[in-house]
Amino acid sequence: MSMQKDPASYEQAQALGLNEDEWGVILKRLGRAPNQTELGIFSVMWSEHCSYKSSRRHLRKLPTTGACVICGPGENAGVIDIGDGLACIFKMESHNHPSYIEPYQGAATGVGGIMRDVFTMGARPVALLNALRFGSPDHPKTRALVSGVVAGIGGYGNCVGVPTVGGETNFHAGYDGNILVNAMCLGIAEQDSIFYSAAKGAGNPVLYVGAKTGRDGIHGATMASAEFDDETEAKRPTVQVGDPFTEKRLIEACLELMQTNCIVAIQDMGAAGLTSSSIEMADKGGVGIDLDLDKVPQRETHMTPVEMMLSESQERMLIVLRPGKESEAQEIFERWELDVALIGKTTDTGHMVLHHKGETVCDIPIAPLGDDAPNYDRPWVAPPTLPVINASEIAPGDPAKALLRLVQSPDMASKRWIWEQYDRHVMADTLKASGGASDAAVVRVHDTNKALAMSSDCTPRYVLANPFEGGKQAVAECWRNLIASGASPMAVTDCLNFGNPERPDIMGQFVRAIDGMAEACRALDFPVVSGNVSLYNETAGTAIPPTPVIGGVGLIDDATMAMGFGGAVAGDALILLGKTTGWLGASLNLREIEGREEGAPPPIDLEQERRTGMLVRTLIHGGQVHAVHDLSDGGLACAATDMALASRCGVHLMASDTLSDAAWFFGEDQGRYLIAVKTGAVDALLDQAQQAGVDAKVVGTMEGLDVVLGDAMPLALDLLSQKHENWLPAYMEDA
Amino acid sequence: MNAAVIVFPGSNCDRDAVCALRDHTAKSVHRVWHRDTYLPKVDLVLLPGGFSYGDYLRSGAIAARSPIMAAVQAHAKRGGLVVGICNGFQILTETHLLPGALMRNAGLKFLCKSTPLRIENADTPFTRAYDDHGETAIPIAHHDGNYFADEDTLDRLEGQGQIVFRYVNNPNGSSRDIAGITNKAGNVLGMMPHPERAVDPLTGETGGLAFFKSLAGAMA
Repeated sequence: MSMQKDPASYEQAQALGLNEDEWGVILKRLGRAPNQTELGIFSVMWSEHCSYKSSRRHLRKLPTTGACVICGPGENAGVIDIGDGLACIFKMESHNHPSYIEPYQGAATGVGGIMRDVFTMGARPVALLNALRFGSPDHPKTRALVSGVVAGIGGYGNCVGVPTVGGETNFHAGYDGNILVNAMCLGIAEQDSIFYSAAKGAGNPVLYVGAKTGRDGIHGATMASAEFDDETEAKRPTVQVGDPFTEKRLIEACLELMQTNCIVAIQDMGAAGLTSSSIEMADKGGVGIDLDLDKVPQRETHMTPVEMMLSESQERMLIVLRPGKESEAQEIFERWELDVALIGKTTDTGHMVLHHKGETVCDIPIAPLGDDAPNYDRPWVAPPTLPVINASEIAPGDPAKALLRLVQSPDMASKRWIWEQYDRHVMADTLKASGGASDAAVVRVHDTNKALAMSSDCTPRYVLANPFEGGKQAVAECWRNLIASGASPMAVTDCLNFGNPERPDIMGQFVRAIDGMAEACRALDFPVVSGNVSLYNETAGTAIPPTPVIGGVGLIDDATMAMGFGGAVAGDALILLGKTTGWLGASLNLREIEGREEGAPPPIDLEQERRTGMLVRTLIHGGQVHAVHDLSDGGLACAATDMALASRCGVHLMASDTLSDAAWFFGEDQGRYLIAVKTGAVDALLDQAQQAGVDAKVVGTMEGLDVVLGDAMPLALDLLSQKHENWLPAYMEDA
Repeated sequence: MNAAVIVFPGSNCDRDAVCALRDHTAKSVHRVWHRDTYLPKVDLVLLPGGFSYGDYLRSGAIAARSPIMAAVQAHAKRGGLVVGICNGFQILTETHLLPGALMRNAGLKFLCKSTPLRIENADTPFTRAYDDHGETAIPIAHHDGNYFADEDTLDRLEGQGQIVFRYVNNPNGSSRDIAGITNKAGNVLGMMPHPERAVDPLTGETGGLAFFKSLAGAMA
């Protein structure tokens, strides 16, 4: 048989990232050595990226069910019930490795890929977010990476016509060799028109649609499953090239096809392209699949079977049709001027069989690819416990000077230079986007009075200092941001970015961060419905700070009740909700002002978190507040400054009787919100907080045109705004 | 009386335009596919924003040569109203229904922001509901919005009242701060800002309401 031509060797398997045990399983299952095509298929399916072999057993600890969950992890994206027969379908995914190698295309195709995961399931994409982490501003590569990644995200999303409404951007030397580009997409679908990937039933036609298959991205999944080294530049050919115009047509054509009764199963070709899409659909459907590779639309000549099977050319979908629906489906794609071809059918053999130029070039049983996929219990060590830093050992400093420095520090400075390059308003349903003075982005559900709130969050310095507390905090902060925008938090997606899992210390970070996330998701009734793991974010033995990004979604029943922090007016009292101890360990203040990256991060009392959040939600729904802002990086002073700048009104904050200025104004105790209310409403509100078991205290007033911290020198809003706005443009243009 | 919104394969503001027309002019709105060769009986043709054919070449260049454009040109010649927003403006200059060209933004970056505008001519079917020489704000979202024409053309546009909207703070390097112009006859308008995104107080932008109110009046 021709499959036995050109048998692969163990050395070749090793070069593709398979180890001796994995090679042994392949030999046993096939009863022979795989040929080159088959080896290619096993190597990508069992790559970390596709098989989650280091992470699977730990991901199971995350809660994935809840009243709102229609479909949890395992499909292309998570699905939640948002009422009125509608569903929100969403997911976040990394495109870290390609974005470092080729920032524009790496980021652009990250956006394209995550949108496909969402519309594959029947949803029209309605919002995009991006969580970006770059190296130190002083690193020679950072500027070009920021410029390329931002242009790539904009270039793709703007053209497709889905608004990019939110995200976050951090800078830290820990990302000098491995930037993070995490893209999140939300879509909206009718609940009775959701599409899944199980290709049930033999004899159904398999339709290929979208762009042609080229030699780009071959072994991209394998690349994303290894560390970078000095040869990283040589991996540029593994990066794919995006074509948003094709994606736009693919969205419209697929959504049109979904209105018909043609589809059995549908899956986008993402990592490991035709291989993973066909195998996953067949595996979930309990069928086999026969493909004729000569029928695959090809961009280049003389492509080999393995090249076609591993290509990660973008903007391609695989669809299993009901028999007899071929021409109806093909006609739709032809009208959108997309390549479309019938390339095979499902079978009852349980095997994947590939034909090429008259020969059978692959014949492997499908079940073992999933069933026997490696599932490692990697050794891990518990992360060290860092000492709690006593605020009294930190110099109190001049809070005005500190605030002025913080507002222009790279992490706090305005990211206007970035988000003005993103179309935030297309689709005309964006109610709050980046720069919109809201802790979460808010997008109306089209033609309804409801809105979805969304936010992506992680504080890597907390996770590095204590992965368990940091994992909890990422979830809690996301929940808090949704609450502060007036939403009821519903569910999350995650994107877990870590270093090399074969190192026990890195594995320890991973395991404990998931433990923390799981605890917070449970306590806050905030299930994980989809996600992505990106490991091996490591260069020459140096790993990134552990960065488990949480993308949360909440529902606002009445869009007119969306809340922000720009509505405070002169005369308002500022009330701080939540308990303040003056926690400076692992804080932004400690890093930026004292130059110290030390100490345990702030702990979170999840019960208290929930109580405080529920109170804030009640206050917003009752129309009792003008502005709400959660306290995060930079604590009370930075939250109040945000509120002042957004509301165009000064703020006076009182100093603390018991805490130092640094601890009171910049401490990062968790579970806190700053709210602006009419003076006359203060007493009733303090009573209400007391009854709810939430610490509440008047900490200042909205007045004048300065930010005043206790007895410190007043800072004019204009000065703060100028410093806050100028850092990033000045940095980017200082080439 | 009716309006048509032309849908190119890469249009992405077509739905927004349809909704704004539907909600604020109370007319029936047809979607017309780019490969069609005739228009339904309409008073207004709107070329929406987006990336008509991907715009990997010059923005709007391919769309200008699409089958439906002959019918749009005939409609314009008959005196029918034509509005091109953003990519639609680019298409109108590529078809020479409007003079000049839209080049890459002076800052070379895509720009999405709310933009203060001055109404330079409130005596057009597109602007009658605005105050003459009043100001409004409408968001822009484009990479190629830098309006260029030779000096003679610009002088002529000024002299004939064809400059309808001007940027208060020029965001993209446009000659003479031009944000929107009409043809000489005054029935064809091109503008870079997106009025269809500025019709709902909940979005924080309402500067486009008077634009659609004007259209409603013109089509009455």
